[in-house]
Formats: sequence, C-alpha cells, structure tokens
Amino acid sequence: MSEDREDGSVGEGAAGPEGTAGEEQVRYDQARYVENGQYEPLLSEKDLTRVEIGGADATDETGDDAESPLPDDLTRGSLELPELSEPELARHYTRLSQMIYGIDSGPYPLGSCTMKYNPKFTEDVAALPTAAVHPDRSERSIQGTLELLYRLQDYLGRIGGMDAVTLQPPAGAAGEFVGIRVAAAYHEHNGEGHRDEVIVPESAHGTNFASAALGGYDVVALPSDDDGRVDLEALEAALSENTAALMLTNPNTLGLFERDIEEIAAMVHDVGGLLYYDGANLNALLGRARPGDMGFDVMHYNVHKTFATPHGGGGPGAGPVGVVEDLAPFLPAPRVREGGTSKSGDPTYELFDPEQTIGKVHGYQGNWLVLVKAFAYIARLGDEGLADASAKAVLNANYLASRIEYDVPYEPFHHEFVASAGDQDAADVAKRMLDYGVHPPTTKWPEIVPEALMTEPTEVEGEDTLDRLAAAFNAVAAEDDATLEAAPDRTTARRIDQTSAARSPRLSWQALEEE
Amino acid sequence: MHGSHATGSPYAPHTDAERSRMLEEVGAESVEDLFDIPAAVEFDGEFGIDARSERETRRLVRSILGRNDDLTELLGRGHYGYYVPSLVDHLADRSEFLTSYTQYQPEVSQGFLQALFEYQSLLVELTGLEVANCSMYDAATALGEAATLAERVRDTTGYRVLVPDLLLEGRRSTLENYVAGTDLAVEAYPTDDANVDLAALEDLIDEECVMVYAENPTVRGTIEEGLESVGDLAAENDALFVLGSDPIALSVLQRPADVGADVVVGDASVLGLPTSYGMGLGLFATTEDYLRQVPGRLVGASEDATDRRAYTLTLQTREQHIRRERATSNICTNQAWVALRTAMHAAYLGPSGMVDLANRGVTRAADLAERLDDIVGVKAPVHDRHHLREFVVRIDQPAPAIAADLEKRGFAVHVLGDHAIQVCVAGVPDERLERFVAAFEEVVR
Repeated sequence: MSEDREDGSVGEGAAGPEGTAGEEQVRYDQARYVENGQYEPLLSEKDLTRVEIGGADATDETGDDAESPLPDDLTRGSLELPELSEPELARHYTRLSQMIYGIDSGPYPLGSCTMKYNPKFTEDVAALPTAAVHPDRSERSIQGTLELLYRLQDYLGRIGGMDAVTLQPPAGAAGEFVGIRVAAAYHEHNGEGHRDEVIVPESAHGTNFASAALGGYDVVALPSDDDGRVDLEALEAALSENTAALMLTNPNTLGLFERDIEEIAAMVHDVGGLLYYDGANLNALLGRARPGDMGFDVMHYNVHKTFATPHGGGGPGAGPVGVVEDLAPFLPAPRVREGGTSKSGDPTYELFDPEQTIGKVHGYQGNWLVLVKAFAYIARLGDEGLADASAKAVLNANYLASRIEYDVPYEPFHHEFVASAGDQDAADVAKRMLDYGVHPPTTKWPEIVPEALMTEPTEVEGEDTLDRLAAAFNAVAAEDDATLEAAPDRTTARRIDQTSAARSPRLSWQALEEE
Repeated sequence: MHGSHATGSPYAPHTDAERSRMLEEVGAESVEDLFDIPAAVEFDGEFGIDARSERETRRLVRSILGRNDDLTELLGRGHYGYYVPSLVDHLADRSEFLTSYTQYQPEVSQGFLQALFEYQSLLVELTGLEVANCSMYDAATALGEAATLAERVRDTTGYRVLVPDLLLEGRRSTLENYVAGTDLAVEAYPTDDANVDLAALEDLIDEECVMVYAENPTVRGTIEEGLESVGDLAAENDALFVLGSDPIALSVLQRPADVGADVVVGDASVLGLPTSYGMGLGLFATTEDYLRQVPGRLVGASEDATDRRAYTLTLQTREQHIRRERATSNICTNQAWVALRTAMHAAYLGPSGMVDLANRGVTRAADLAERLDDIVGVKAPVHDRHHLREFVVRIDQPAPAIAADLEKRGFAVHVLGDHAIQVCVAGVPDERLERFVAAFEEVVR
C-alpha cells in the first residue's frame, strides 16, 4: 500500500482497489487535510478567545471586557470560544464537508434507511421567506402554513390508507412513541388499561422496542419462522388479553412481504390488540399496497426516507402518524382542519384539539421545514411518480442482489435484501467497501442472517451505478481477512479505534485540553 | 438518453432499455412480477395526486405559503427570529452535510463528526457541565428526556417532578407524555413575580422529588435571581436540578454549573435557524456522573490506525439500535443538521458576538419597555425584574382586541389573558421597533 499522504492529494500511480476483471478501475480517495500531524484542526485549536463579562464596574486588562447591563451576581464571569474570521470559517466548514460521504457523493445502500436522492428544489421552497413563521402566530395570519399542513395530512392519509394524520412527531421513533401513546389512550378509554404488553418481531428496528418501553409497556419479542416472516404459531402464543399492540414492518427488514398479513391482523384484532405499522419500509409499497388496507390501525411515515427529505447527517426527519377513524380522537393536539371560506372563496384552515387527545409530543408542530420538503416531493411525483419509485426501488434491489456473489438467504425480497458475508466479518467488509468509493450496507443486523449486509439501493441508482456497487461487493468478497482488517485505506481517516473511544470518553475540546 | 421523465419518478434514472436489461438479468417479465403482495391487499386505486413539473411544484408551494401574512413578529418564548448569517445557509447547505446520514461509518464522516464534536464543546463551555449530546428534537422533548434520566439515576424511590406554574403548555404536555410510561408525576410550583417562589418551593420539595425544573430566562423573559437556592434545595433533597436555557442566554447569564444544575435542557436553535413554525433543536447537557445514562448520540475523540485524532460516535451501547428496550431513549434520527447550523452561527459570532447579542437583548428590551411604559394606560414591564429579550405589558384595554389591531398594522404579539400582552425584541430591527411603538400608541389610544 502507498504511503499515507499528508496533504490529501491524489497520488499518481498509488495502488487502489481494483474493480472486477474487465471493468474500468475506480480510483477513490476521500479528501483529507493534515496540519501539524493531525486532520483538520478543531475550531478551538485555531483560536480560543476569553471574553470577561462583568457589570459596569468590572475592569479587564485585555481590553476585551464586555460590559454587561446586568449585575455581577446574575452573570457568568467569562466566556471562552473560538473567534475566527468569516473566510477562516468558510474554509473550515468547506473542508469538513469534503470529509463527509453523502448521497450526492455516491451510492448509499444503507439498508432500512432509504438513502434516496434529495431533490434540490425542495430546499428552495423550504427556504421561502413565507415559510419562516413563528409558532405562536394567529391562525388567521398563517393560512398558508395551515393549508400546506392540511394538504400534506390529506396526501399522507391517501398514501397510507389512513383516516386521520398528525404531522407533529419530529422523527420516526417519535412517531412510534405517538402510536404507542395513542394505543394506550385508546385502550384506557375503553376500560382496557390492563393491557401492558407490546409484541415486536426480533427482526424489527430497535426503535420499536425502545418506543414501546418508553410508553411503559413490557416488550414481547417475537421470533421469525424459517422463511424469515412472522411465525404464526409464535404469534398465537404471544397474543393474549394483555396485548396492547403488535408492531410490524411490512415488508420486514429482510425485505420480505408478510404474506399472512390479513391473518395476522385478524389474530391481533381478535384479542383486542391494535396493529402498528412501522413506515420505515413504505418505499417498497407506494401505490401498490396500503397499510390501512392490510388491517393496520396506526402507522408512522418516515418522510426523510420515503419522501426524500435530506437525512441531514442524522436529522431532522419527521414521523407523521396516521390512524384509522376509531383512533383519531386520541391523536396529538392540535391538528389542522378546514374551517370555512375566505372572502375570496378559498377554504380557510384552523387548528383543533382532538376530543381525547394525548396532548403534545413536541413543543410545537414538529419539524415544519422538513414537512414542506415532503409536501413538495409528493406534489412533484404524483400518483405515477410514487408508484414508479417503488417499482424501481424493488427492481434495483433485485438487480443488485443478482449481481453480487454473497449469499442472499431470504427471498423474494422487495426494496432491500440481506446478504450474508459468510466467513468474513460483515463490519470488516463494510470498512473495505469504503475503499471502493461506495457507502457500505447496514451490517450485522438483523441477526437472523449471519454477518448480515442489509442492502437498500433505492430507486435513484441506475444500472451503471448498481454494477459499480456490485463490483465493490464482489471485489471485497474475493479478498482475504488481512486486507479487510487493514481497511479502510482511501478514506479521510483510517480505521478508527472504537473501543478506546468508549473506554475513556473524550467528548469535547475541553476534555482534550485536560489531557 | 434519459428522456424527459414525463411520467414516473423524475429521480429514477432508468431508460426503458436499461429497465428491460435489468429485468432480464433478474429473470422477470415485468416489474410487477417482483412484488409478492397477496391480491387481497393489493391497492388498485389512485391517490388522486397529479404529478407536476419542478417549476409548477415550486409555484404551487409559493402560492400556498403566499397566504401567510407578512408580519413583524414580536414573539418569543423560545423561538426567535434572530438574523442568521448567510455563511450558515451556504455552508450548511453543502450537500455532503445535507445528504449524509448518521455517522455509522466514521472513516467517511469525519467532517460531520468533528462539527458535532465542536457543537458539544460549545455547550460544555456555555453550561459548565462536562457532557453534552449532539441533539434532541426540541426543548420540550429534551425536558421529557431529563425527567426519564432523573428517574433512572436517582438513588431512592421518588416520583415527583416539580415544574414552574408558568411552564409553556407545549412543554408541560410533552413532559407528561414522556413520563406517562413511568411512575413519575408532574406537579407545578408557584412563581413569584415570574421567578421561582423560593419559599413555596421549599415547602413543596421533599425526598419524594426526583427533579426540580426551572428556566433562565423564564417564559416571561425575566432573569432568575435565586438559582443557587434552587440548586441547594434540590441537592438537599437528592433531586436533580434541571435548568432550561438557550445558547444566547447562557452567554451572559449565570453558568448552570455554578448554580448547581445537574442537567441543562432548552432550545439551541435560537442560533442558526429562522423561525420555523416551532421546529427546534433540543440541547441536553449534564455532568460526567450521568454519562452512561445520557439519551441520544455522543461524538467522542479517538485515534485512527495512523494514530491521528479522529472522531466517532461512542457509547452506543446506551442507544436503541443496540440496547433496544433497555436503551436510555428511543431517539434515533435527531436534529444533527440543525446542531451544525447552531455551531456555525456561534462560531460566526464568536464569544464577543454572543455576549453582545445577549446584552443587546437586555438593553433593547429595557428600552422598549420604558417607551411603552410612557404611554397612558400601559405598564411595562409588569414584572419588577431584569429581562432578556421579552417582557409582559399590562394594558387597560382588552388585550385580544389590541393584539388584533396590532396584527392589522403588521405586528404579531402574544396575548396573555384579558389585559396583558408579551412582546419580544429579538431579531426585530430598530426601525421596526420604532414603528411598533407608533402603532401601539395608536391602538391603545
């Protein structure tokens, strides 16, 4: 392997990962800046300026005294932070951005996260000055905001087959929590407050377990059958008069459609439980099946997944929740409805509190700017675009799986599949894939598949990109453990020591200074 | 080539020829063959949503949002229209920041991890506490997480969570939902002239309390004067002292660590985000003692194989994707990009700029209050306290009618009961405040 380059330049002739035989070689090097033996310095390493803060009588020799209009006993003594010029900051953040892999950098087949391309125009509409309103404005003065929320509620209701929708939850997990709280309120209202169990398949997203627990429920884990789907006998055994809900993803995290969904719904409903739909995998179903039609009572939508709002390095997302009519009175407050007609004949919109509302799950109305982007995306695609997105997402997953040499034990899958790295360590496979200029899949989960590589290419990749992805998979599949363990080599940082990070946590520049 | 995408997803690049080749490769006649959905649950209807061109969609959204009135917002209570420098928009919008996800592969995510590490460090300096996570959804959910943390870390079995009677309804309600699955119960303690009523709190607090919450500044814009006493009362009763604040206020007000705060929550999006109909950024900081009980993500420093410092998500065994139902929180997707914006805005201001912004919130509020107080039939500020950014105004005339009249003249204010409004100077340019005073004089005349 070549020497580590100190300046981030691309070295001529340096050995890079090769594509599979006969294909064009892809040479990949991620940006890297090194100064004084370290990557791009922290802001605090460029400058730290202490400003003394004191009342009118305070003095400071440095001349940096910030005279405060407040008495000394109500103020802090000083504040110490970086003080840099705008050009210095522009370079700092430009460099940081170049040391990040995003969906605009290349394929990002992170299973269950639905990393699809984020249209640029939705950023522009979210940045409209008319979108910037204070949450305490009078309803009369923000008819535009209320209309957009109303229309989005309506769109989501139609797409999910749900009767009522709240846009308040600021993320998918927050949506799950709302679903759990709504289920609890519904059971309580019906005199069924004794129900204290929520059933979650072993293969479900970790948030399902955590959200149910946060809602105060005991979590009953449900094993999968040999085909990777809900084991109906195990479900029968798990269901009881204590069941508040079953949380299900369909297609599940293996990409498999729960074909017995009608029977599952009947079984859950027979014991008086509710069926919750985790919308993380909704991208596979757009225009082809709707949770409401399958018997689900409550669901959340991950708009940052299905409706292409940017994931933002970990958020913000939005997790609207849809419910059937019986559960609508329990939704968070307030919701939006049509309230009359304006002088010009347009409908007017108003906020209202559902009758048995659980109250709020966010200080205001969730991540508004994200909702604007989701609305614009849905309005852009329409019926045909949405259905086409799911068709091509499924086609892409099947195509990619057919091209890779790792074993894919469960099928027929839809928008994602879980391959097994077999004798290789999936985490090492992922590190090595980084060297080929592609983002790796989700690894080691779900645990049903040994050394899992959970892969979701989404609809936005074309044949060429999928071939390049497959070439990366296959190149890594042919490599030995030593190569994998030494990876990555072409990324900003080399393999990072996770263990020591957790053993002696250093979580701020102040902690580094103390060393 | 790729065609016009007159139908179908405009973001799926497949040509017809490509699609045919791919179908052939997977051995399917049509895409429909790849779907394994039982006929009984297949959807054969229509959503009735028309596809539009990008230009038409932009026009649609612009037309809908155009129904919002253009008002000068003298509104506060945690959300402020501070000017956000262009640097923040242009650099945070760089697509690597915007289009990446959680940094599960740190080797290709160093830029974002470092920015979040810098954000955490900002909060450590502002609060004086050792640990800050890299975001919660907003102030209300951060408060809810603080309560569940209190339940986990508190030694004895207690159940009472004490909050001020002035706590915003949205925060109180969210907190109630977060503790609904626990044995905790939320109770209000009285306030005195908008600040904590220390005598009343002393009477109320006992060893059954797991947490006492106060805000600085308060929802009425007043600056708390007895926070050390609140801290002492909490400590004496083995309750966590949770303090609500924000980065601008924290730039000059008493350092939370110095008044005995165990946890600081609040909305950090006062920096970096325009008023966004309540979208926020929950800040969460605490002491090292509770490190392993912190909710949400933490970025830590480590080394890579070249022994250079590198950053990574750490202590993930607290998190839902590993710990499942025993996780410290269910949060997964957070507000990372907003945290990035906040850190950028703070870096742009620097310590002098932050302190200056906070101080101006004190002096401008005092100036405006003085001018309103000069008007006959008006008293401002109502509370005999120091104020930051906002204050309450008592008016002889009915407040809702006055607020409606002000709105017709282009100004939005909070209504507080029959004869009081609340106004906020944050982010409002001086000339707008001039016009507001003139309008206010007219409507109360």
